[in-house]
Amino acid sequence: MSILLKNCNIVNFDKTINGDIFIEGDKISQVGKLDIKMAEVIDCSGKIVVPGLIDMHVHFRDPGLEYKEDIETGSKAAVAGGVTTCLPMANTKPVNDNSYITTYMIDKAKKVGLIDIYPVGAITKGLDGNELAEIGEMRSAGAIAFSDDGKPVMNSEVMRRAAEYIKGLDGIILSHSEDKDLAGKGVINDGKISTITGLKGIPAEAEEIIIARDILISKLTGAHFHFCHVSTKGSVDLIRYGKSLGLNITAEAAPHHFSLTEDELLSYDTNFKMNPPLRTREDVEAIKNAIKDGTIDCIATDHAPHHRDEKFVEFDLAAFGIIGLQTLVPLTLELVRQNIFDINHFVKVTSYNPSRILKLNDRGEIAPGKLADLAIIDMDKEYIFDENLNRSKSSNTPFLNKKLKGINCITIKSGKIVYQL
Amino acid sequence: MSLSRKDLTGLIDVSKDEILTILETAEKFKEINQREIKKVPTLKGKTIVNLFFEPSTRTRTSFEIAGKRLSADTINFTASASSTTKGETLIDTVKNIESMGVDMFVVRHYYSGSVKFIAENTRAHVINAGDGTNEHPTQSLLDLFTIKEKKGRLEGLNVAIIGDITHSRVARSNAWAMKKLGINLKLYGPNTMIPKDYEPFGCTVCSSIDEAVEDCDVIMMLRIQLERQGIALLPSLKEYSKLFGLNKDRLKKAKKDAIIMHPGPINRGVELPSLLADCEQSVILDQVENGVAVRMAVIYLLTIQNANQKLEA
Ligand SMILES: [Zn+2]
Repeated sequence: MSILLKNCNIVNFDKTINGDIFIEGDKISQVGKLDIKMAEVIDCSGKIVVPGLIDMHVHFRDPGLEYKEDIETGSKAAVAGGVTTCLPMANTKPVNDNSYITTYMIDKAKKVGLIDIYPVGAITKGLDGNELAEIGEMRSAGAIAFSDDGKPVMNSEVMRRAAEYIKGLDGIILSHSEDKDLAGKGVINDGKISTITGLKGIPAEAEEIIIARDILISKLTGAHFHFCHVSTKGSVDLIRYGKSLGLNITAEAAPHHFSLTEDELLSYDTNFKMNPPLRTREDVEAIKNAIKDGTIDCIATDHAPHHRDEKFVEFDLAAFGIIGLQTLVPLTLELVRQNIFDINHFVKVTSYNPSRILKLNDRGEIAPGKLADLAIIDMDKEYIFDENLNRSKSSNTPFLNKKLKGINCITIKSGKIVYQL
Repeated sequence: MSLSRKDLTGLIDVSKDEILTILETAEKFKEINQREIKKVPTLKGKTIVNLFFEPSTRTRTSFEIAGKRLSADTINFTASASSTTKGETLIDTVKNIESMGVDMFVVRHYYSGSVKFIAENTRAHVINAGDGTNEHPTQSLLDLFTIKEKKGRLEGLNVAIIGDITHSRVARSNAWAMKKLGINLKLYGPNTMIPKDYEPFGCTVCSSIDEAVEDCDVIMMLRIQLERQGIALLPSLKEYSKLFGLNKDRLKKAKKDAIIMHPGPINRGVELPSLLADCEQSVILDQVENGVAVRMAVIYLLTIQNANQKLEA
C-alpha cells in the first residue's frame, strides 16, 4: 500500500519545506516535489505535517485497572492526539516488574495496531523501592526505560545499584523525583494557595531534593537519568547545572505544568489535582524558558486516566493526575503562538528529541527511510474539546469542554491511516 | 435583612456588610436567648441536619440549640468513617439525606474544601461547622461578636492569635474576616505552625510572644496538638507552654483591659494556665454563650433569604 501526501508544509526539527511525502509500506520513501500516480492521495494544504509525536510518559492502566483506561482506548486517545509512540508506565496491577507483563503489553498494543509502545519496566519489584526487578529480562522483552513512576526510589543505595545495572543494559532511568517524606500527605503546591485553602502543601523542594540526588547518582554511575514531569524553577536550575557538568541527563515537562498555575486550586476542583502539583507563575515561566533553551528536552503528557468516582470525592481523597494525550498538541502550540519557540522546536520537543533520548532512530523525522509515523495538524482550528472528541476511557481533565486551538486531523502510523478527525 | 447566598462555607468570600448584618442580627437573637422563653417560631417546619464527620460535641450542641430555638427540627447525623468506607461516597450520603426533605446541612468534616464540595452538590443550604484546616466561619463570627460586645467596636483593634496557625480553621476564618473589618491582626506560634507563605493572611507574623501580645486589645490562644498527621511539630507540650503559652507576665504587655479568648476546648496549663483561663479578663464562656445567638443569626439569614425568593416567584 502506498499513500501520497500532497501540498504539505513538512515540519522537521531543523527546517520546514513545502512538498509532498510518498509513503510505501511502513516507511517514507520520498520527500519533495513528487509526481506519482497509483497512490492514495491526501491533500494536506493548509495544514502542517509533523513526525508522529512520541510521548515518553503515559499511564494506560492495563493490565489490572482497565476501568480507567486500557491499551486499546489509550492507543485511540494517542492517535487522536497525533501520538504514534508511547511509553506506558509500570504502575499497573500487577506491576510491570517482569517480562511477562512487558510482553503482554507489547502484544496487546500490536493487536490493537494503532501505535508502538515501549513499556516502562519497574525499577524495583512491586514498586516497593527495595529489591531490583528483573530489569534485564524486561529490557530483552522490549523495555527501554525503567521507573517506579508514581513513587520515587527513596533509598539512594538502591537507586545507585539500579543505575549501574540499567546503564550496563543501555537503558534509561525515568526519575519520578519526589521526596516522599517531605511531600508527606500534601495535595497541592506548598505556597500561597495552600495557605489560603488549608490544603496541605507539597514544597517545590520535595521534587528538587530528588532531582539533585539523582543528578549526583548520574555523576556517580554515569547512568542516563531522565527527569519526569519537571515542575519547578529550582528543578530547572539543577538540571541546567547537571547538564553544564556534561552529565548524562535529560528532562521532560508536562503541558499542564506550563499551561496552568496553582491559582486554579482556589476552586478545590479535583481536576487540577496532580503530582507534581501545579506550581506558581514563576515556575511556569521557568519551565517554558527551559523548554525553549533545551534544559528541558521534551514534552510528555503524564496521561493519567482516573474514573469519575476517583475524582468526585473530597479533595484530599481524590486521585492525582489528568489525561493529556489529546491536549498535548493544542497546549504546546500555545507556546508557539506565545512566541516562546517556533514550530520546528515544537517538533524537536514532541518527537525528535524523544526519539534520540530513546535511541529510536527510525522515527522522529520526516525523511526517506524513516518510519511513516506522521501527524497532520490544523494549527488554527478552534474547537471545544468535548466528550465527542475525547477518546480516552476517562474524562479527568480541566480542559474538557474548554475552547482549544490547534488540532491533529490525521494520524499515520507505519504507513497506515490510524486516525481521521 | 438577609444574606443573598445559599451557603456559608467560609468567610473568605463574605463581604464586610454581610458580616456586620450577621452580627447585628445575632444581637437580636442574644436578647431572645436571655428571655424566659427562648424560642421563636420562625423556622417551624424546616429541617436542619447536623452532619458531623468529625466528632465535636460543643459545636454540634451549639448548632442544635440554635436550630431548636428557631423552632426548626434538628437532627444529628454523626457519620462515622464507616458510611464512607462501605463504598458510599460523601455526595451519596448527602443526597440520601437530602432526599428526606432537608432544608439545611450543618457540616463538619475532616478535609479542607469538603463542605464547599457538599454545598455545590446539594439544593439544601449548607453551613460550614469546620472543614479540615480550612475554615470555621461561625467560630470567627462568634469571636467577632464577643469582641464587639466587650470592646464596643471592631475597627482599629489590635488582636493577636497565638498557636498552630497553619492547621487552624479558626485562625483562617478570623484572618479573612478581620482583614475586612479593619482589625490589626498579629499571628504568632512556633515556626512549624506558621505557613511558609503567610502573605495571603495580610497581617503581621510576630517573632516573639511579647511582640504578639504587646498593646493588644484581644489575645486569642489556640488549642495545641503535639502532632499533625503523624508529624511531630513540637518537642513537648511542656516546652510549648514555656515558650509559646500565655502567662501573667506576658499578659502585662497587652492593654490593661485586654480580653483573653479561646475557641476551646482548653488545654489547661499548656496554652493557657487555669489562672488566666478563669480570670476576669477571660471571655471564653461568653464566646460559648454568643455562639448560639450567632448561629441562630446565620441559620435565620440563610433560610429567610430563601423565603423571600419564594415570595417573589
Ligand atoms: Zn511521576
